[in-house]
Amino acid sequence: MPTFTFTLNGSLTTVTSPADRPLLWVLRDTLGVTGPKYGCGVGVCKACTSHLDGSAFNPCITPVDECAGRDVTTIEGLADGDTLHPVQQAWIDEDVAQCGFCQPGQIMAAAALLARNPAPTDADIDAIDNVCRCGTYFRIRSAIHRAAGR
Amino acid sequence: MSVTPDEARDAHAARGESPSPSVVPGISRRRFLAYLVAAPLLTVVVKAVDDTLLPLADRAEAALGVSNVVDLSDALTLAALPTAYLLKIEITPEGRAVVHVPRAEVGQGITTAMGIVAAEELDAGLDVVDVVLDDARPELLWNQLTGGSNSVHSLYTPMRTVAAAARARLVTAAARRFGVDARGLVTRDATVVAPDGRTATYGSLSAEAAQITTPDVPPTPKDPSRFTLIGQPTTRLDARDIVTGKAEYALDLPIAGAPTVVARAPTIGGTWRAVDDSTARTMPGVLGIARIPSGVAVTAATFDQAQAARDALRITWDPGPNAGLSDAQIRSQLRAAAPPFVVPPLGSLSVSREFDFAFAPHAPLEVLTCVADVRPDSAEVWYGAKSPIIASQSVAAAIGLPPDRVTLHVVRSGGSFGHRLFFEPAIEAALVSKALGRPVKLMWTRNDDMRHGRMRPASHHKVRATCLLGNVISYDHRHATLPVDFSHGLGEALSAAGFNVLSPGVTQTVFALTQSVPYDFGVATQTLTDVPLAFPTGSWRSIYSGQTATVNEVMVDEIARALKVDPVAFRRKKLSSARTRVVLDQVTSVGQWGRPMPAGTAQGVAIHEEYKSVVAYLVEIDCRDQTHPRVTKGVCAVDVGRAVNPRGLEAQVQGVLTDALSVTLHAGLHIDNGAVREGSYSDYRFARMADSPLEIDVVVMPPNGDPGGAGELGFPAAAAAVANAYARATGATPFSFPIAD
Repeated sequence: MPTFTFTLNGSLTTVTSPADRPLLWVLRDTLGVTGPKYGCGVGVCKACTSHLDGSAFNPCITPVDECAGRDVTTIEGLADGDTLHPVQQAWIDEDVAQCGFCQPGQIMAAAALLARNPAPTDADIDAIDNVCRCGTYFRIRSAIHRAAGR
Repeated sequence: MSVTPDEARDAHAARGESPSPSVVPGISRRRFLAYLVAAPLLTVVVKAVDDTLLPLADRAEAALGVSNVVDLSDALTLAALPTAYLLKIEITPEGRAVVHVPRAEVGQGITTAMGIVAAEELDAGLDVVDVVLDDARPELLWNQLTGGSNSVHSLYTPMRTVAAAARARLVTAAARRFGVDARGLVTRDATVVAPDGRTATYGSLSAEAAQITTPDVPPTPKDPSRFTLIGQPTTRLDARDIVTGKAEYALDLPIAGAPTVVARAPTIGGTWRAVDDSTARTMPGVLGIARIPSGVAVTAATFDQAQAARDALRITWDPGPNAGLSDAQIRSQLRAAAPPFVVPPLGSLSVSREFDFAFAPHAPLEVLTCVADVRPDSAEVWYGAKSPIIASQSVAAAIGLPPDRVTLHVVRSGGSFGHRLFFEPAIEAALVSKALGRPVKLMWTRNDDMRHGRMRPASHHKVRATCLLGNVISYDHRHATLPVDFSHGLGEALSAAGFNVLSPGVTQTVFALTQSVPYDFGVATQTLTDVPLAFPTGSWRSIYSGQTATVNEVMVDEIARALKVDPVAFRRKKLSSARTRVVLDQVTSVGQWGRPMPAGTAQGVAIHEEYKSVVAYLVEIDCRDQTHPRVTKGVCAVDVGRAVNPRGLEAQVQGVLTDALSVTLHAGLHIDNGAVREGSYSDYRFARMADSPLEIDVVVMPPNGDPGGAGELGFPAAAAAVANAYARATGATPFSFPIAD
């Protein structure tokens, strides 16, 4: 079986895996990185949203071979040690989460948005398509605006 | 373990409060007894007694049909009385207050709410409180059910009692250590402080406090005027764990369970007749294949391998009981079951309407998952159970172990909305673990969840209001639906409270306990007719109210329209409850009811009373793009008696508006020949950010009693407000939901 090497949350990581295995299951089942969640497996709910070279992507529909040599960041790698990323802090300040299951993906989507657009409009925020079944969208929007203001 | 009953008090009287008007006489005389547990460190538990239980239950049964006298929350609270200890607080040497709660955390915030109440009565900071969800505790009989928006209502007073009892012993221990009068000591920040400045932390006092059988100060909860935490907006205790990805759901637990998925029939209730697994067995990573009643389970090294091998199974399916049934036939059966109005209208004006609702899935974002480790003589199960006792007992029966050999750990879960009252995944995981002789992590895929999960049943409603001289003199609502499955312990809880659920049946009992018409509408009659179709149904956020009460609030607008009066003025005039009128006034004031708006946009209002609480919503909708109506604004006023955590309460009423606008405007299921058409969030159109209001204002009413329920409260009012706004914006009242078929 082939091996693939990529940077995961700052550490060089090598896995043995079929080339077409979705990265989500490499992360969860092989590496024990469980922040990215399964919610649909087809890139629709976006609960697994993480960053590939700094852009939001969905590991559930991204084969591991596409990640070789690249930089993968999951929710576990967003904070700088004990110092939360501004988006994480804004999430706490706005008390966004309810069940919390979608929130790692929501936070990663918001962080990617702010990285390329530091002052998003409501229409820009509307383009985030991650599902929150508890309906925390209103607070997510507030948290993104709050993080943008930092 | 020996326990020493050492104090009994009237919790209600001790607070110096008068019971809220909606509390049944007798409930207010419920007493909670705190017990010191013989242990090396301070451990206090609380249990309840109520010598008025039986007479009250008799009264409650006689009151069936008058749900504002004894409602479902009362019934569940009644059921909770005569069991083993409810709550336990332990003080560790490190000064942590470990609070054990027999409920599930599904996002509703019960752990935070209970942490606040415990910290308040302990005089400890929230940062030293750890709230732990109890494993299944069969000795609690029926009182480990998270449902009916009942958790805060049922646990508020016992939690205050047990925490106050613990604090009294810590104070007494400090007094004896210091050699001073306990009555002169004060507590703050988990520390006892003497008048001379000496201090002792709770952690340092725990072992001594464990010896105090009779405290020197009254173990009395605070007067609410002294609250510093209860009623303060508080961020979730688990917020940091969630935003850093540390919060663990069942499949995240560090347990070496093998990934498992189940091949299921294309149709609801279908079963396998013949299975050829010769190819699947040779697929990479496959560890085992097990035939179980609900399908064929495949266990592999990783979930992608399990799913690939599942897809390589060749299975002949029997289609199950619903083959050939589609929406049209189901709808016509429901329509036929709701009896038409045969008596001619008595008055000069009759407003008759019919409504239809599609099936709605719970679709929690975390699919159903369970970890099971079945050994020859014992089993351990990790599941986000809202009814863990019956879940654990059912697992034991399925795998042929005595019930006391099964341990079920209640894991935090990624949403429920009623779904996790059921426990099919726990039984499946246990069966597979037993068959394969290894621990497994079983996951329903999203397709499984959409196509085989529980649903709010479709329904049909015939409603007629008869009006005379501007008054409604009779109101008749006939609700036909599929039987809601309550086989998760609610029936047992109601039986324990003295309700006869066998006749007329649990669905009729729940309907009667929850449904009332909150208006002066003369003779009001509401009936439930079950059409026994074999679909996997279940309680869905607000149970019958999500349809019955929503329809009633749309009808109120229809009646007002027919009488040519303003719907808010009409509600104000006809509402039975002054408390509800207050929240209605709040939303119409804050939301500027009647403000000029462009054509194609409009406001809508609705109210709801349940769970000892009242709520009103005003929403604004923009229907100028008829294909994408958008709720642009929401205003909510909510009175739950006393909000333990107003910030959590706001989260519930904000979130439920998202739920409500989804299933009102665009989210529903279709049934095609016995199968659910939708397979994921791509075609089940639950709201996204782009559907969410840009503005939501919430008014939390000041405390005026004990806490009622909140989690489900907002749904009917929010859904009806959206429908009423849509009707006013488009000129066409919606009669079928979701509006976009």
